[in-house]
Amino acid sequence: MCLAIPGKIVEIVDAENHIAKVDVGGVRRNVNVGMFDEGEVGVGDYVLIHVGFAMSKIDEAEAEETLRVLKEIGEYDPGVEEFKTTLV
Amino acid sequence: MKFVDEYRQGDIARKLADEIARLTTRPLKIMEVCGGHTHAIFKYGIEDLLPDNITMIHGPGCPVCVIPLGRVDDSISIALQPGVIFTTFGDMMRVPGSKTNLLDAKARGADVRMVYSPLDALKIAKQNPERQVVFLALGFETTAPSTAMTILQAAKDKVENFSVFCNHITIVPALKAMLDSPDLQLDGFVGPGHVSTVIGTRPYEFVPREYGKPVAVSGFEPLDVLQSIYMVVRQIVEGRAEVENQYGRCVTLEGNGRALEAIFEVFEPRDYFEWRGLGSIAHSGMKLKSKYAAFDAELKFRVPGLRIADPKACQCGEILKGVKKPWECKVFGTACTPETPIGSCMVSSEGACAAYYNFGRLSKIAGRSA
Ligand code: SF4
Repeated sequence: MCLAIPGKIVEIVDAENHIAKVDVGGVRRNVNVGMFDEGEVGVGDYVLIHVGFAMSKIDEAEAEETLRVLKEIGEYDPGVEEFKTTLV
Repeated sequence: MKFVDEYRQGDIARKLADEIARLTTRPLKIMEVCGGHTHAIFKYGIEDLLPDNITMIHGPGCPVCVIPLGRVDDSISIALQPGVIFTTFGDMMRVPGSKTNLLDAKARGADVRMVYSPLDALKIAKQNPERQVVFLALGFETTAPSTAMTILQAAKDKVENFSVFCNHITIVPALKAMLDSPDLQLDGFVGPGHVSTVIGTRPYEFVPREYGKPVAVSGFEPLDVLQSIYMVVRQIVEGRAEVENQYGRCVTLEGNGRALEAIFEVFEPRDYFEWRGLGSIAHSGMKLKSKYAAFDAELKFRVPGLRIADPKACQCGEILKGVKKPWECKVFGTACTPETPIGSCMVSSEGACAAYYNFGRLSKIAGRSA
């Protein structure tokens, strides 16, 4: 549960409740972006996602490298599986 | 240095490893605090890249691993109450209580559901207004803001059938306990990454100031960890002790203001919280402020709240303190495996025992225990 997965913001769904849609390896789900200041993240930005909340902004290269490492340590598939189940 | 080929930037890894070996002239014990780092260290055989006189001590930074038996029993007792939907992260399902675990409780008819996010638990509550939905919250400051923000959302949306069984813990009191432990003489720390994105690096400044030990806050990629070890070793050799930030791409001095605000709004420290294997640590746990009492499962339900001693066979405590290595536990890999864990260090993939079991560098084990 402690590992965070990188995703790309593709849509701001509900600005008032800080909900954005992210894409993680083709899977799209809503996450909460309430940990960022207003306007700090937007469509096209990469973020690290932990238990349904975007935690920090990262760049594309970092997102790719993190994905690669998660795949190598075998945490990517379980991570994405969990992510798929999210109801948010 | 046989595993260096697994690194994408093998040449940098090799240089760092060479440099660490050159600098290290006396035995050093360095603790990686965070379970994510433990995982990376085993998977990438980072210990095999290090000179023999550096010992990595795998710290208490896996929140699943430090949940005491009594709190698991309390969770099960809440889950078994009529009308309750009990939600938790997947990692918690197999964590043993004194008699059974949540997975067994589910098999016995309790409505236990795995969720990815506390927000999912809140959603389940909204969808099931006639039921009581409880979320088992656990984790360090990485996860606490998510729980806090979910409670704030529940308050805003006036959801009355949602509550949280709070087991959040904080990293600084745990570090203090490690530093004050007489059987543990550490030379430095590889500091947690995700926790630090929330709290920043400033809270670690007491480590060099009061204890004279270096800290390097680290990212999760194998090179990050190796580089952080290098930073710690260099500080030791140069006679410095400070907090360095290897993970500057995500971590700042002050942390994430919004996340911290949410934590301080919703939680306050408990006088004491029990850690599996480590005992009771002052101010190390968080509970809901009375303002949010309506969302506190400990007030909403009667929980046994018993303190239960750790199983005798399990050496998680020694392992969390780095006094013993997983393979030195008598039941490691025999009676205790990830399928049938006796202690919680075997449950989560970030626990030292599970990491050793999954990626154990047998050559190293053989070499070191000989
Ligand atoms: S191997 Fe199992 S019983 Fe032994 S210390 Fe690890 S978790 Fe505990």
